[in-house]
Amino acid sequence: MEVKEITEKGRAGVLRRIAGPVVTAVNVDAHMYDVVKVGSEELMGEVIKIEGEDIIIQVYEDTSGIRPGEPVINTGLSLAVELGPGLLTGIYDGIQRPLSVLVDKMGDFIQRGVSAPGLDHQKKWDFRPLVKEGDRVSPGSIIGEVQETNIVHKILVPPNVQGGLVKSIRAGSFTVGETVCTLDSGTTLSMMHKWPVRVPRPVREKMNPTIPLITGQRILDGLFPIAKGGTAAIPGPFGSGKTVTQQQLAKWSDAEIVVYIGCGERGNEMTEVLTEFPGLEDPKTGKPLMERTVLIANTSNMPVAAREASVYTGITIAEYFRDMGYDVSLMADSTSRWAEAMREISSRLEEMPGEEGYPAYLAARLSEFYERAGLVETLSGKNGSVSVIGAVSPPGGDFSEPVTQNTLRIVKVFWALDAKLSQRRHFPAINWLNSYSLYLDTLNDWYDREVSPEWNTLRSWAMEILQKEAELQEIVQLVGSDALPEAEQVTIEVARMIREIFLQQNAYDAVDTFCDMSKQYEMVKAIKAFADQAYAVQSAGVTPQQIIGTRSKNDLPQIKFIKDYKPELERILKAMESEFNELRSSA
Amino acid sequence: MKEYRTITKIAGPLLFVEKTEPVGYGELVNIALFDGSVKRGQVLDTSDDLVVIQVFETTAGIGKDSGIRFLGETIKMPVGKEMLGRILSGGGKPIDGGPEIVPEKRIDITGAAINPYARASPEEFIQTGISTIDGTNTLVRGQKLPIFSGAGLPHNNIALQIARQSKVLGSKEEFAVVFAAMGITKEEANHFMQDFERTGALERAVVFLNLADDPAVERIITPRLALTTAEYLAFDLGMHVLVILTDMTNYCEALRQIGAAREEVPGRRGYPGYMYTDLAGIYERAGIIKGKKGSITQFPILTMPGDDITHPIPDLTGYITEGQIVVSRELHRKGIYPPINVLPSLSRLMNLGIGKEHTREDHKKVSDQLYAAYAEGNDLRGLVAIVGKEALSERDRMFLEFADLFESRFVRQGYSEDRSIFETLDLGWDLLSTLPVEQLVRIDRDLINRYHPQFRQAAKAQE
Repeated sequence: MEVKEITEKGRAGVLRRIAGPVVTAVNVDAHMYDVVKVGSEELMGEVIKIEGEDIIIQVYEDTSGIRPGEPVINTGLSLAVELGPGLLTGIYDGIQRPLSVLVDKMGDFIQRGVSAPGLDHQKKWDFRPLVKEGDRVSPGSIIGEVQETNIVHKILVPPNVQGGLVKSIRAGSFTVGETVCTLDSGTTLSMMHKWPVRVPRPVREKMNPTIPLITGQRILDGLFPIAKGGTAAIPGPFGSGKTVTQQQLAKWSDAEIVVYIGCGERGNEMTEVLTEFPGLEDPKTGKPLMERTVLIANTSNMPVAAREASVYTGITIAEYFRDMGYDVSLMADSTSRWAEAMREISSRLEEMPGEEGYPAYLAARLSEFYERAGLVETLSGKNGSVSVIGAVSPPGGDFSEPVTQNTLRIVKVFWALDAKLSQRRHFPAINWLNSYSLYLDTLNDWYDREVSPEWNTLRSWAMEILQKEAELQEIVQLVGSDALPEAEQVTIEVARMIREIFLQQNAYDAVDTFCDMSKQYEMVKAIKAFADQAYAVQSAGVTPQQIIGTRSKNDLPQIKFIKDYKPELERILKAMESEFNELRSSA
Repeated sequence: MKEYRTITKIAGPLLFVEKTEPVGYGELVNIALFDGSVKRGQVLDTSDDLVVIQVFETTAGIGKDSGIRFLGETIKMPVGKEMLGRILSGGGKPIDGGPEIVPEKRIDITGAAINPYARASPEEFIQTGISTIDGTNTLVRGQKLPIFSGAGLPHNNIALQIARQSKVLGSKEEFAVVFAAMGITKEEANHFMQDFERTGALERAVVFLNLADDPAVERIITPRLALTTAEYLAFDLGMHVLVILTDMTNYCEALRQIGAAREEVPGRRGYPGYMYTDLAGIYERAGIIKGKKGSITQFPILTMPGDDITHPIPDLTGYITEGQIVVSRELHRKGIYPPINVLPSLSRLMNLGIGKEHTREDHKKVSDQLYAAYAEGNDLRGLVAIVGKEALSERDRMFLEFADLFESRFVRQGYSEDRSIFETLDLGWDLLSTLPVEQLVRIDRDLINRYHPQFRQAAKAQE
C-alpha cells in the first residue's frame, strides 16, 4: 500500500478516527502544535494533543468524506504567518490565506484543500537598505525599508536569527523571497520571514503607557480613555453596538496600523468593512484608511479551528508592525466566539469542562492573549505599541459569564454596552456609570499638556453631574420630577445636556463620526457655561422652568454636525449669556 | 456495495456499527429493515473499529439484523427548475402526489461558506408594507432578519404578510419563496399553504414540511435542504429568494436531542456547545455574491421559550443574524396587529438600505426620533403607574401621549394593509408634529423645514 510506504520512510502517519474538526492519527512523529497535512486532500491541521500512540489534530477545514486509513503528513513546523511587504490592505482568513486569492482559486465559496501563501511571492518591492556592509546587526534590527502603501514597511532581522556583520546588502526591486542581505555568518535575509503565531515576539522591555489612543469618540476619549499599548474590553448583548464601536475604532483611532479581526462574526459585516474602508480617509493624513489596515475575516460559518487560530494570526501581525516602531491597534470582534471555538474543540477532546462547558484553561489563554499588548522598547531600540480592544458577546447580556469575567480581570478599560441605551437609540450605547478606565491617572499629564489644564477638572465635573443624575432619577421614579428641589431640577437638565450633546454621537454623520479633543473640550466647556449661569440665576430666584425654557441652548446639539463649528458656538454662547442676563434682571 | 449487519448498540437516534471498511466522515447511510423499507442516516464519528450513525427518521424497526450500506458520498440534494410549486417532505421527498423531481444538479447540503471577499454589500431596500419594519427596522436584500416571537403570538401572519407584500421599489422582479417548516403543527402548515394558494404564491414557492409528528432528527437536515435549494435558485438561476424557516426553536431542540444521545458535554441549558457554529451554518447562508444576479434573504421564525430573549436559542440567533423583529405579548393583548415592539427590534443593515438613494433623505433621522420619543414615553408609563399623570411635567405628558399615539397609529395596521415607505415616513412626521419642534433634537433644521407638516403646509401656502 502506498500509504504504508510513506510511513516506513518515517514521514506519514495514518488517520484512525474522524469526528468533525478533530481527528486522530497514529504513527506520526509529531510535536505539540506542529502543522500537519490531513488526508489525501492535504487539509491543514495542527497537533493539539498527544496521547500514547494517538496524535490528536484539529483540522482547519471541513472533514466531510475523509476516511480512516488516509495519510497524515507532518510538516514539522508550527503554525506560522508570513511577515513582510504586502500585508497592508490584506484580507485574510484565520490562517492567513488571502481571501482574494481564494476567490480566484476556488470561486465564491470557501472550498477545502487549497493552500495559498500569506504574501504575494511574485510582486516586486523597492528595497532601500538602511545599513551598509560591515555594520553589525542583531535580532530585530532594521536593515532596510520598503514604501508599501503610504506606510513605510521596515525590514527586520528576524528575532530568531543570529545577528552578525553585514557582508553584502543590495538596493533594488525584489520579490519577498529573494535575498537582499547576507551576513558574515552566511545567513541570508530576505524581506520576508515567518513567525509561529502562538509565540509572542520578543521585545527589549515593556513600559507603562502614558499616551491616550485618540479615537474621536467622545465618551471614550473624554471619559474612559485607553492608552496606546493598553487593553480594553467591550462587552454587550447583541444589538447594543459592539461591532459599530469596534469599526469606529478601526476607522478613527490614531494608531499608525490597524489590525481588525472578524472572529466568528457575520459575513455581511465583513463585506461592509471591505466596501467601506477603501473609501474612507484618515482625518490626519487624508490617505485612504485601508492603506494602514490588515483585515482577518473568519466568519461564523467558516471552520471553527481556523477561528481559534485567527486571534493569534492577528496579534502576531500586530506585533510585527510594533517591532518596526509603529503604534498598532488591534480589534478582535469577538473574543467570545474565539472562546467558543476553544470550548468546541475542548469538548471534542472530551476534556473535563470548567465553568459553562468552557475549558479550564480559558482564563490562561485570555490573559496570555491580552498580555501580548503593551508599549514596548523593541529589539531595535524604538518605541512601539500594540493596543488590544476585544469585544465580548456575553450570552443573554449577562456579564457574570466566564468570558466576560475572565476578561475583566485582565483588561484595564471596560466599556460596558447597555441594551437599554441602544433601544433608546442612545449611541454609542456605552453605560457611563458602569464603564471605567484605569489609565485616567497616568494619562492626566497628557491631557493637561495637549488639551487644556482645565480638561481634567471639566471631566470630573461632567462625571459628577452624571452620577448625581442617576441618584436623582431614583427619587424622580418615586415622586416625580416636580418634587425635586429647584437646584436639582437644574442638575437634571444639565445632565440631560451632557448625555444628549456630549455623549451621544452619530457614527453615520459625516462630521460627527469623528470629534477631536479640542472640540470635545469646547463642548463640555459650553455645557459647563450653561450650568454655571443656570445655577447662578436659579439662586437669584429664577424658576427651573424658566431655565429649562431658554431657547439658545437648544441650538447646541447642532454644532456636532458642523465642521467649522466655532463661529456658531460663539454665537450660541453669546445668545445664552444675554438670555440669562434677561432672566436675572426679570427675577 | 457491502452491506454490514454489525450494529452493536442503538441509543436514541444513534447506531453504533462495528467492523467496517474505512467509512468517510459525514457519509450518507442506508439502513435496510427486515420488511424491506429503507431509512437514511449520516456518519457522525468514524474510526477503524466503530462508526456512529445518526438516523434521520425514527429508529423504530431497526435492530441488529438491519443491513447498513455506506453510500460513499455526503448528503446531496437533487435540485432543478421544476421544484417551484412543489411540496416536499422535511427529508426532501415529494409529498404533493406529483412526480419525482428530475434533478439538473445534485448539491452537497452542508453548503460551503461564502468567501467574505466574494460577497456584495446588501443595500437594496425591500418594502414590506409594514411600518414598524420599513420605517424603523428596514429590511434589505441579502439580509437575515429573524422574528422573535412567543407561543400563541401571530408571527405566522406577520411572516405571511411579509412574504406577500415584499417588493423592491421600482423593480418588477419577483421573489421566489423557499419555505421550510420544522416541527410545526399540521394546522399551522395548512394556514401557510392556504395563504400561499390563495395569493398564488405557491407557484413560485418550494415548500419543505417537517411536521410536529415527523421524526425530530429529520429537522436537522430540513433547513439545509431548503437553503441548498435556495442557493441553487439564487446563484444558479439568478432569482431573488426569500427563505422562511419556522420554527427554529424546534430545530434547536432536535440538536439538543442528538447531543444528549451522543453523551456530549452540554453547554448552556443542555444545548450543545457547538450550537452557535451550527446555527451560523444555517443563517450565514443568506447574502448576495458579487457578479451574480440572485440573492437570498432569510426570515427565520423562532418562539422564545417563556418569552425569554436571553434563552440560548434567541440569544445565539441574535448574535448571528443581522437584527431581529420582536413580537410582543403586551401589544398583542392590547389588540394591536402586528404586535411588533420596535424597542428591542433592530435591523443592522438598515443604514445601508435607506437615505436619499434608496428611500428618502429624512428616513434615518425620522426613525431615530421616533425611537427616542417612543422610548421616553414608554419609560414614563412606569412612572405614571406610581405617581399618577398629574405629577408629570407638561413635557412628560406630551411624550406619554406620543407613545400611545405611536402604538395606535404607527404600529397598528391591517393584515392586508400595504403602506408605502413614503406613507410610513409621512405618518411618522404627523406623529412627531404632536411634539414641540425644539424637542426634535435628532433631526437637523434643514429636514424639519422641508418635511415637518407645519412647515410643509406653510411652504405650500406661500406657493
